[in-house]
Amino acid sequence: MKDPREAGMVGRRTDGTLIRRPLSPHLQVYDMMQMTSALSIMHRATGAAWSVGTVLLVWWLVAAAAGPEAFSRVEWFLSSILGMLVLFGLTAAAWYHTLAGIRHLAWDAGHGFELAQAYRSGRMVLVGTAVLTVLTWVLVFVFRG
Amino acid sequence: MAVKDSVSQSALRTPLGRVRGLGSARGGTHHWWMQRVTSIALLPLTLWFVFSAVGLAGAGYAETRAFIGAPLNAVLLLALIGLTFHHMAAGLQVVVEDYTRGEFARMATILVIKGVCLLMALASALAVLRIALGS
Repeated sequence: MKDPREAGMVGRRTDGTLIRRPLSPHLQVYDMMQMTSALSIMHRATGAAWSVGTVLLVWWLVAAAAGPEAFSRVEWFLSSILGMLVLFGLTAAAWYHTLAGIRHLAWDAGHGFELAQAYRSGRMVLVGTAVLTVLTWVLVFVFRG
Repeated sequence: MAVKDSVSQSALRTPLGRVRGLGSARGGTHHWWMQRVTSIALLPLTLWFVFSAVGLAGAGYAETRAFIGAPLNAVLLLALIGLTFHHMAAGLQVVVEDYTRGEFARMATILVIKGVCLLMALASALAVLRIALGS
């Protein structure tokens, strides 16, 4: 029997002819719980979470334009426990998506494909997300002071 | 199956030349490229917005309006709004294309996403303009 991993190596060129090259992660072929694939999935998840979070941006801007009563409702929500938790989660998602996005741009430019480099940049994204998220919220509490 | 190891290139046609103008909407690499362009533009804009938002934590109605309405801030906010919702629609479209089965469901979901993103962008931009132009 052929190596089942070969199933992930059957690609097609744009003119339709077959070529042996690795395809994108594929449930039946790859172990999805490796750090590399987990970070890739998280890039999508954080992008989706940030998309949902843009509702807060729209609400904040529209309320500021609408008047003081509407704005006080946004302030009430954002300073509530739930609002702060949502904002904290969004901060972490935003920093993750930003740092992982820079990692993707580096890959697009052809850098950092070696496995060791991919693991190192992945760890840098995780550590950077933690550091920047905490730093952002330290600044929030310093400014509110 | 003639599966080969190396990419054989036919005569003078480059790989980029082969994909230009292809794709389901004859858009070629445009969607992919615009996602990169908007992401690069969003890097400084998002950093600026995050730290501006941190500075506005606990600020009241008047101070927030003064920030949004300041000419430079209003311009940067409009740029942020346009690029954010463009990038968001493009990113969500790829997710839907990957996971949604069925031509109708896929197209309908993508159109709804684009419509919602456009409305959110317009609502945000109008709010910024109303504050900046002082009505």
